[in-house]
Amino acid sequence: MPINSGDTAWILVSAALVMLMTPGLALFYGGMVRRKNVLSTMMMSFAMLGLVGLLWVLYGYSLSFAPDMSGIIGGFDFMGLRNVGQEPSSVYATTVPHLAFMIYQAMFAIITVALFTGAVVDRIKFGALLAFSALWLTFIYTPVAHWVWGGGWLAKLGVLDFAGGVVVHINAGMSALALALLLGPRKGFVEKEPMEAHDIPMVMLGAGLLWFGWFGFNAGSAFTAGGLASSAFVATNTAGAAAAFTWMLLSWIYRRPTALGTVTGAVIGLAAVTPAAGFISPIMGIPIGIGAALVGYYAMLFRSKSRVDDSLDVMAAHGMGGIWGVLATGIFASVAVNAAGADGLIFGNGAQLLKQMAGVVAVGGFSFIGTLILGKLVDATIGLRVTRTEENLGLDISQHGERAYGGLGR
Amino acid sequence: MKKIEAIIREERLEPVKQALEAGGYFAMTVTEVSGRGEQRGLTLPWRVGEYRVDLLPKLKLEIVVQDKEVDTIVKAIIDNARTGEIGDGKIFIIPVENAIRVRTNEDGDKAINKVTNNKEEAKTK
Repeated sequence: MPINSGDTAWILVSAALVMLMTPGLALFYGGMVRRKNVLSTMMMSFAMLGLVGLLWVLYGYSLSFAPDMSGIIGGFDFMGLRNVGQEPSSVYATTVPHLAFMIYQAMFAIITVALFTGAVVDRIKFGALLAFSALWLTFIYTPVAHWVWGGGWLAKLGVLDFAGGVVVHINAGMSALALALLLGPRKGFVEKEPMEAHDIPMVMLGAGLLWFGWFGFNAGSAFTAGGLASSAFVATNTAGAAAAFTWMLLSWIYRRPTALGTVTGAVIGLAAVTPAAGFISPIMGIPIGIGAALVGYYAMLFRSKSRVDDSLDVMAAHGMGGIWGVLATGIFASVAVNAAGADGLIFGNGAQLLKQMAGVVAVGGFSFIGTLILGKLVDATIGLRVTRTEENLGLDISQHGERAYGGLGR
Repeated sequence: MKKIEAIIREERLEPVKQALEAGGYFAMTVTEVSGRGEQRGLTLPWRVGEYRVDLLPKLKLEIVVQDKEVDTIVKAIIDNARTGEIGDGKIFIIPVENAIRVRTNEDGDKAINKVTNNKEEAKTK
C-alpha cells in the first residue's frame, strides 16, 4: 500500500506522545516515594528509555514482530532493523513507513518495563534492575507482544487487545507482584512506619503527562488518522474522566476528596480502557472507567492490608485495571465500531468474554512465573536487594551518588 | 540576655509577629520544625486508607532580648499563639552569653536593640 501522509504524521506524533509517558511515569512514581529515593525512582523509568530503546532496535522488535515461529515468538528477520525501512510493512500499519510502526512499538516496550519498577522502589540494586529488565524484555515482553500483536497464538485465538491491556498492563502488573514477593517489603513497611509521598504536585504533573500521552497510546493504536482513532480517543478520555471522578467520590465518602486518589483513579481508568479503546462505542468508556475505579480502589485497599509491599501498587492499579479492561472488552466490544474486532457479551457473543479470560490467564500466569524465574536468577548472581545501610541512606545517594534537593544558600 | 524559643502553631505566626512588632520587637528567626508532644499525631488519607503522621509541623521562633523584656514578649506570644486546644506549643527561655552584630561588631545589648531605635537612627542618617 502507498504511504498515507496523514496516517504517518499521526503515528509519529503518537510515538512521541507515548515516549513522553515514560518521563510522566517517572514523575508519577517519583513524587510518591520518600525524598531520599526520588532520583532512584525516576531513574528506573528514565534508564529504560536508554536500555529498552537500544535493545528494541537491536532485537526486541524482531522477536516481537518478525514473521512468526510456531505462534510463540517472532523470528530474526528484523534484527538490527534489517528489512525495516521507509516502505510500509505488508502486515502492520500498512499505510505508514515500517520504521514509524517500529518506533511506535518501541515506546510501548519502554513504558511497560518502566511500569513494573513501581513495585521495587526504595530497595532494588540499580544494576540488578537493569539486568532483570533486559532479561524481562527478552523473555517476557517480546513473546507476549508477539502472541497478541505479532500474529501469535493469542491473536489467532481471537483475544482482543487494542492498545495493550494484556501486553502492557497485565504483563507489568503481574510481574510487579512477583518482584515484590521476591524482594520482600521495604524496611519499616511491616512496622507501618509512615512513608509519606514527598511531593504530591509532582505525582499530579506525572498523571497529567500520562493522560496526555495516553491519546497517542490508544488513539495511535488505530494506525490510521481517521474515524477509529477519533473513537478510541473519545473512549479513552471518557474512561479516564469516569474513573478519576469515581475515585474522587470514593475517597470523599471515606474521608476527603484527595488529590492523590483522583489522579490514581484517572490512571487506572486509562489503563482499563486501553485494551478496549478501539473496539467499543466511546460512551462505554463510562462503565469501563467506573468499574476500573471500583476494582482498583478495593484491590489497593486489600493490598494495603496485606504484607505484600508492591510499593506503588502496580498490580492493584495496572494489573487489576488491565484485567478488568481486557474482560470489559469481551463485554462491550462491537463490530459496528471496528470490523476488525468482535461483538462482546452485551451483543450476544459470550464466547468473546471466554477468549478474553484465556488471554488474562495465559499472560498473567506467564509473566508471574517467568518473572519469578528471571528474578531468582538475578538474585542468585548479582543479588536483587541493596544492603540495609544502603536502604537506610536512600537509593539516591547509595545507587547514584546524587541527592535530589541539595544545597543550602544560593 | 535571654533567648526566647517558642514552638507555635503555623497559623499563629502572623498574629504573634504583628503583636511583637507593635511592641517594637521586630527581629526574630523563624524555622519550620517537626515535632510531637501531647497532640501526638494525626492520620492523613493515602490513595486508599490512611497513614499516620506522628511528627507534626510547627514553627520555631527565636528571639534574643534583654532580661527585663522577657515577660512582655512571653505574654505577647502566649496571648496570640494560644487557641486553648492541645498542640499550642511551648516556650523555652535560655540564658545567652553574648550577642554580636556582624555588620558593626557591636556586642551585648547594643547588638539586640529594639527595632524602634534603629528606625530612628535610620531616619537621622
